[in-house]
Amino acid sequence: MDIFAVLSLLDATIRLTTPLLLACLAGLYCERSGVFNIGLEGKMLAGAFGAAVVAALTGSAWLGMLAGVGVGVAFALIHGIASITLKGNQIISGVAINFLAAGLTTLLGQSWFRQGGRTPALPQGGRFAPIELPFASELAGIPILGPIYSELVSGHYILVYIAFLMVPLTFFVLYRTRFGLRLRAVGENPKAVDTAGISVTLLRYQAVLIAGVLCGLAGAYLSIAQGSGFGNNMTAGKGFIALAALIFAKWRPVPAMFACLLFGFLDAMQIRLQGVDLPVIGQVPVQAIQALPYVLTVVLLAGFIGKAVGPRAGGVPYTKER
Amino acid sequence: MADTSQEQARQPFGAAASEWAIELSGINKSFGPVRANKNIDLKVRRGTIHGIVGENGAGKSTLMSILYGFYHADSGEIRVNGAPHAITDSRHALALGIGMVHQHFMLVDNFSILENVVLGAEDSALLGPSLAKARGALKRLAQDYRLEVAPDAIVEDVSVGTQQRVEILKALYRGAEVLILDEPTGVLTPAEAGDLFRVLQTLRDEGKTVILITHKLREIMAITDSVSVMRQGEMVATLETSDTSPEQLAELMVGRRVLLRVEKGPATPGKVMLEVEDLVVTDDFGTPRVKGVNFAVRAGEIVGIAGVAGNGQSELLESISGMRDQKSGVVKLNGNPMSTLGDDGAHRARLAGLAHVPEDRQRMGLVIAFEQWENSILGYQDQPAYGKGMVLDINAARAAAAERMKKYDIRPANVRLKTASFSGGNQQKIVLAREMESDPGVLVVGQPTRGVDIGAIEFIHNQIIKMRDAGKAILLVSVELDEIRSLSDRILVMFDGHIVGEADPATATEGELGLLMAGIVGKEAAPTAGPAGREPNA
Amino acid sequence: MSARRPLPRWADVALLPALNLLLALVISALVLMIIGRNPLEALDTMIFGAFGYGEGVGYTLHFATNFVFTGLAVAVAAHAGLFNIGAEGQAYIAGLGAIVVALWLDNIGIPFGWLLVMPLAMIAAAAVGGLWAFIPGYLQAKRGSHVVITTIMFNFIASAIMVYMLNRVLKPVTTMAPESATLRGAGKVPQLREFFDYFGYAPVNMTILVAIAALVAVYILIWHTKLGYAMRTLGLNPSAAVYAGMSNSRLIMIAMGISGALASMIAINEVLAVQNRLVLDYVAGYGFVGIAVALMGRNHPIGIALAALLFGALYQGGQELSIMMGINREMIVVIQALVILFTGAMEGLFRPSLETAFMMLGPRQKTEAIARSTAQPES
Repeated sequence: MDIFAVLSLLDATIRLTTPLLLACLAGLYCERSGVFNIGLEGKMLAGAFGAAVVAALTGSAWLGMLAGVGVGVAFALIHGIASITLKGNQIISGVAINFLAAGLTTLLGQSWFRQGGRTPALPQGGRFAPIELPFASELAGIPILGPIYSELVSGHYILVYIAFLMVPLTFFVLYRTRFGLRLRAVGENPKAVDTAGISVTLLRYQAVLIAGVLCGLAGAYLSIAQGSGFGNNMTAGKGFIALAALIFAKWRPVPAMFACLLFGFLDAMQIRLQGVDLPVIGQVPVQAIQALPYVLTVVLLAGFIGKAVGPRAGGVPYTKER
Repeated sequence: MADTSQEQARQPFGAAASEWAIELSGINKSFGPVRANKNIDLKVRRGTIHGIVGENGAGKSTLMSILYGFYHADSGEIRVNGAPHAITDSRHALALGIGMVHQHFMLVDNFSILENVVLGAEDSALLGPSLAKARGALKRLAQDYRLEVAPDAIVEDVSVGTQQRVEILKALYRGAEVLILDEPTGVLTPAEAGDLFRVLQTLRDEGKTVILITHKLREIMAITDSVSVMRQGEMVATLETSDTSPEQLAELMVGRRVLLRVEKGPATPGKVMLEVEDLVVTDDFGTPRVKGVNFAVRAGEIVGIAGVAGNGQSELLESISGMRDQKSGVVKLNGNPMSTLGDDGAHRARLAGLAHVPEDRQRMGLVIAFEQWENSILGYQDQPAYGKGMVLDINAARAAAAERMKKYDIRPANVRLKTASFSGGNQQKIVLAREMESDPGVLVVGQPTRGVDIGAIEFIHNQIIKMRDAGKAILLVSVELDEIRSLSDRILVMFDGHIVGEADPATATEGELGLLMAGIVGKEAAPTAGPAGREPNA
Repeated sequence: MSARRPLPRWADVALLPALNLLLALVISALVLMIIGRNPLEALDTMIFGAFGYGEGVGYTLHFATNFVFTGLAVAVAAHAGLFNIGAEGQAYIAGLGAIVVALWLDNIGIPFGWLLVMPLAMIAAAAVGGLWAFIPGYLQAKRGSHVVITTIMFNFIASAIMVYMLNRVLKPVTTMAPESATLRGAGKVPQLREFFDYFGYAPVNMTILVAIAALVAVYILIWHTKLGYAMRTLGLNPSAAVYAGMSNSRLIMIAMGISGALASMIAINEVLAVQNRLVLDYVAGYGFVGIAVALMGRNHPIGIALAALLFGALYQGGQELSIMMGINREMIVVIQALVILFTGAMEGLFRPSLETAFMMLGPRQKTEAIARSTAQPES
């Protein structure tokens, strides 16, 4: 493989990683606050739909993105009401949100646009354009570093940069701010937070809504940056891969990025490996690579390689017992 | 808002205002039908260590939780430093300078000590300045009160004693002038307890007020300036510590209750049925709770284990009955060593002829959502009497349940009723009937009359005597001293995981037993260091 | 906290779910109005589609058969205190067992051969699907990993395995599509329409008898066997199960195994009876709907039978909706999501107000007696 083949593989990795990363960080905020979130998939899907519809109607990618975020937040609010205020089952709430998003997006898409659930093609400006970083073309000639800069670093959609900037930002928020300290505490021992005079409910709502924002961004990336319009079930399980990555990263932001990069890389490899004979191994079934994130997560959870222990108060509604 | 009230609170403390740091008057608090606090008056002088003693369930923790704003009193007034306050929540209490160290620590286990101290008391959105400030403050507090900790250590990695220091530091960092400690030594080693007392004395010498909730009389005598005694939700006395004695306090704590009459002849002990040798048991967190216990129970006798709750009795019971793995040691039933390891240990114990009335019927002994007959076979469901092979013979189970219902006068007499609808006494009878009718060789009974009305108490006591007279070996664990004294043929006193003494119920006085239970006298009780005690175990 | 007065049983079992269901339907009606349709007309169409004529009834019963299996699967696990969210994957992978046995014995050429093949295929399907649930059970019981997360992951792993098997292993050389060879003989499960013209072309088949038997069997298992008794004890009070000497880890594994085996019966109803071959994604979300069915049916076979009929009618009515009114079939996914949301996650929505209502209406002494018996003196 020459350098350009490698670069194109890595370039694809970054593109495929972006939605995973945004959704994974969404899950991170939510689950770190002690609220399980298996509804990432649905919130992402709904966000993708909202973004595509508004972008198609207004011709503005930015308005589309805002709409995607708005829809993501609205779905997150459902999750918050069910699992925080009503102290309902967080898993069931997530299942319901996934179904609701899958059903509503197709239903509304079909009845509004009559294109089999697809949203109309995006007009000029309705889709994000790749960003050429400064000097990308000028530096392309420099051996090795030049192509890396111009091909790999430059030329992505704005949401790609946002996603990767979210990693240090999340790290900073989590470990360097008051909000982060309280967020981490409420997922571990809400009673400690309560006795310190901080509202458990408010903190958890904040976390759940942040997750909604990030899921909305992930959805917008799928439908108006990477893709050009919404298609039925276009998230195709990415929300669950993100969940697996979150567990794999043991709920920490920087490892979350690497887990998402790994799973994104596997995804990128999978396309390229179809029908290719590898030395020693022979042909690797695509499905083996597709299943790998899930298998790895199961193995990790079972403690065969290290141990993934989630936030201790995760999944348990907080009641001030007497 | 919190900041302004903090200002208001600080002022009076700075200036010498009232002699009393805390004044409570007419505090009432009920939980449903249970009156936890009845018309409580309490005054705590500033710059003193004030003890509050009482048995479990006397209402001490409830009272302090009201002062700390975790619960709201139904009625009554709270004055802090002379000024009345309606304390709305913990934040408000903190702002008034009241800090609390809970019995179960309110710490985030995977946070550093520094982070735990800062949580909830951050100055700004960014953490850095707060952490730096707290780091400096910790250094100062360590100098002032000899409360040394490593700020960057993770809480779950440090000892329980250090975790408690973190709780104290949390309160002091928030400017606490009054520090409430709820059963602080329950989880500490004697050396750690010694350290704690030294810290508390330093705090007092620096002008802070300390309220110490405990049921250990020795601690009261060793460290407090004054002491209040609570019993059954009421405040029965407040005394200067120097004017009182452990005997007097023990009497006040337990009260002169009417001794329940139990008709009982002399015991005729037969062969040894239950033997416990060098038994060591840990709790769920790996902390040793039973620390090498030896005793034997013979057929036809009742051996009572007296002790203040939390001294290892629960773990002892659970281990003997197969619910909890033993760390080391042997439990022999009828001469045969029994393995309680594995999660079906209780099944093997039952097969070996041991019946168990658990301490907490609602948590263990019953499935509260089950119908009565379903609970009347719990633990015995595999017996052929309740169906051959896989099948559960519902009619047989119901018939057996109905028969016991009659025999034990369980009301209402309806086997189809949900167990939750029975009163506490009748629920306990369901458990008792089930275990006694299994015709065991050994009966292990924990807190047989907790939360049970008077009428049922008498019935239950008589049944236990009847079992004894039928030649069963009975081990009785109870925190009710009356019960132990009136039922037992021999009394063993348990303190801090050890059997610290044996007594004859016919001759031992309540005061003697009280001193044993409080760990003041006794053969194996490791001494808790007094103020001038031992080296700090750094 | 003040002592809560529990609701009377009938209100808890019937009134509360009915209110939640009603709310789900009201919001579904709003969705229909948003897309410019008349909800009453839609309701009429759906009811006629589901129950109005023989073929519709046949379809309703066919879908209900699937929901009985997944509903029971979720319920059996729930009785043991486990949340099996993996019925989807268990049913999917069970198709392997079913099709392998059915293809193997397809040509045995004896009269009523299906009477031999179908039970064997059921056993094979149950073994494969049961194993697929047993492993997460084992991992929870022995390794402490949460059964919810593991079963989610297992759904995806099952999906990958099935794509591989259909593309590489089971696909005959002559076909292009990723599907197994087609059953032509004894491997097929007979349709009820072969005996009753009433059902038209509806795919309702002999498997419905298995579903009815499963309802009865689960009822017996849960309430008339010692195993069921132990499972319920574990589910309601794990400490009491330890006290009773039941092996919690063993019970978890058994409950999950049974749960997976029940979900596996979808393979018979869809693969052997309808498709006559193994195809991609034939489970089509039935496993997830099982969660709603079990929730609505309060984990009781009678409730599950009724809820399965409701969802069967919803599915068939939804088809009618798309044929007669041109409303996308996804409408039923929306209704289903709302039902799960309101009868499941937001189950507590009406509870406080209902409790207040009953407290004000109910006889005073009775509520006080309940309060007394449930209260416990503590410090």
